[in-house]
Amino acid sequence: MSQMRVTGSAFPLVDASGALLDNIDTDMIFHNRWLHITEPSQMAQHAFGNLEGYEDFTARVEPGSWVVVGRNFGAGSSRQQAVECFKALGCAGVIARSVAPIYLRNAINTALPIAQMPDLAGAIELGDELVLDFATGTVTNLRPGQVHVPTPAISRVQVEIYRAGGLLNLQ
Amino acid sequence: MSAKLGRPVAASEVIWLPQDVVTARDFGGANVIKNFLAAYGENADVFDAERIRFTFDCNAPANTAGYATNQQICRDFARLRGIRVHDVDAGIGSHLLIEQGLALPGLTAIGTDSHYNILGAVGALGQGMGDVDIAYAFRTGQVWFEVPATVRVNIDGQLGPNASAKDLTLAVVHHFGSGGLLGRAVEFYGDVVETLDLPGRITLASMATEMSAVIALIPPEASVLEWLAERAGVPTETITADPDTQYIEEVTLDLGVIEPMIAEPYSPTRVRPVSAVAGEGVRIDTGFIGSCTNGRFEDFSEGYAQLEDGSIVAGVTLKLVPATREVYGQMLSEGLIERFFQAGALIHNQGCGGCAAGQVGMTGEGEVQVSTSNRNFRGKQGAGRTYLASPATVAASVRAGRITVPEVRR
Ligand code: SF4
Repeated sequence: MSQMRVTGSAFPLVDASGALLDNIDTDMIFHNRWLHITEPSQMAQHAFGNLEGYEDFTARVEPGSWVVVGRNFGAGSSRQQAVECFKALGCAGVIARSVAPIYLRNAINTALPIAQMPDLAGAIELGDELVLDFATGTVTNLRPGQVHVPTPAISRVQVEIYRAGGLLNLQ
Repeated sequence: MSAKLGRPVAASEVIWLPQDVVTARDFGGANVIKNFLAAYGENADVFDAERIRFTFDCNAPANTAGYATNQQICRDFARLRGIRVHDVDAGIGSHLLIEQGLALPGLTAIGTDSHYNILGAVGALGQGMGDVDIAYAFRTGQVWFEVPATVRVNIDGQLGPNASAKDLTLAVVHHFGSGGLLGRAVEFYGDVVETLDLPGRITLASMATEMSAVIALIPPEASVLEWLAERAGVPTETITADPDTQYIEEVTLDLGVIEPMIAEPYSPTRVRPVSAVAGEGVRIDTGFIGSCTNGRFEDFSEGYAQLEDGSIVAGVTLKLVPATREVYGQMLSEGLIERFFQAGALIHNQGCGGCAAGQVGMTGEGEVQVSTSNRNFRGKQGAGRTYLASPATVAASVRAGRITVPEVRR
């Protein structure tokens, strides 16, 4: 069973003005020239490999970090590698202002912690300690001690799937 | 969804939704199987072999060793479990479900194809999903689903004499933009929608994906129901929204007299009237008629009408890809293949070729293509620039060698 509380430090992806990046699509997350890769350990090195300014993401990110992004994260294709690459890197999960529907399903189904917080802008800084608590359905930023309730709320199905360690482990 | 579960459901509720048909195509199919076998064991069985299909449409016939291997993985898995494979000669999976009466009003279907909401053209609930979802559905026959909020769209207006369903569709995409219906279910109503034939409904429903809608429903009319009943061998009833349906939004679009429209590179939402673009003298190299959006017999007839007393101009190529074997057969028996051939067209086998990259050739740097497909993102069909338009506009353009307003021909 997975930990019900997931803790990690924030790694926000921002533009030159410091605003969270919107519309990061699946080609920027995991470019289609790597689609033939099925080995998770090899997926890790390509995360954000096609995102301008973050090509060296895998070298900069610490294991256990939260990927923090803006709106419409993961739009594009249904490729599972765009989720798997973050698991393979040992990321805590993804916190976004909003997530594209298929990406959201893929993340939930593989038990990658993920939450949507539309009013996130500016609330989280590099290195902030974030705790996603599946039991209470909240995200807490330990630095200012702020508690956020993700909207849409983390559903019971998401918690069940997460607990089981993925949709395919559900009995 | 309420009918399916036998109880009312509300928007944003998360439900487990039983599926009538679960499919995997050659894109994703092998990964579905890999997930399935890893989770449930080498000899695990599926929930109901009769309700599962494989459809090889993306890369048909396989032109890379990787696709060929993936297709064979699907065939082997299917053979052992008695699952039917619609092989590389069958055509586009979503269209097969419609032709074979497997997608009917009120039924549910999922597949590894992000354009499965095309099934809303017959009032079915179709959803594209990832490999893990489909693997789970192979085993259990269901998926979890967050009930989307519904937007009711009433479209007023009428098709101009040289316009068709694609022009209406592009005008609607233009209105909503790529995120305009994000995560919503959308129901289309209005006189101009009601008059669309089934291929026209397919065109409109297919591009709901480009507006990021989850579901696009067009309640079927009598003629569509009749056609479906014949295919399914059982009477069909239309679906109607519950009288107390809660719409999150009701939008009325007055499109007036709809003229031919075209989407410029590199987004399906960069829509302008063809007349405006034609005025700028855009020279083209290639035309393409096909895809799940415009790959029906009626689409090819509409295109051919523009070529009837002429031919494709020298130096320009027109590629045709019928959606399914049935469409190809009809084009053959009605003489359309020969007439297109005489006009100078290149006719490819049925499937997604020309839309999924690589199959009928790519576009090169600087090449300009005008296509009836649904996406024109940078790099999707090669390095060139792709415009999206109706079959009539594509045919009129390859005849002239530049983007051209189609003539009135019916
Ligand atoms: S024709 Fe294109 S968009 Fe349609 S199902 Fe095939 S690959 Fe997808």
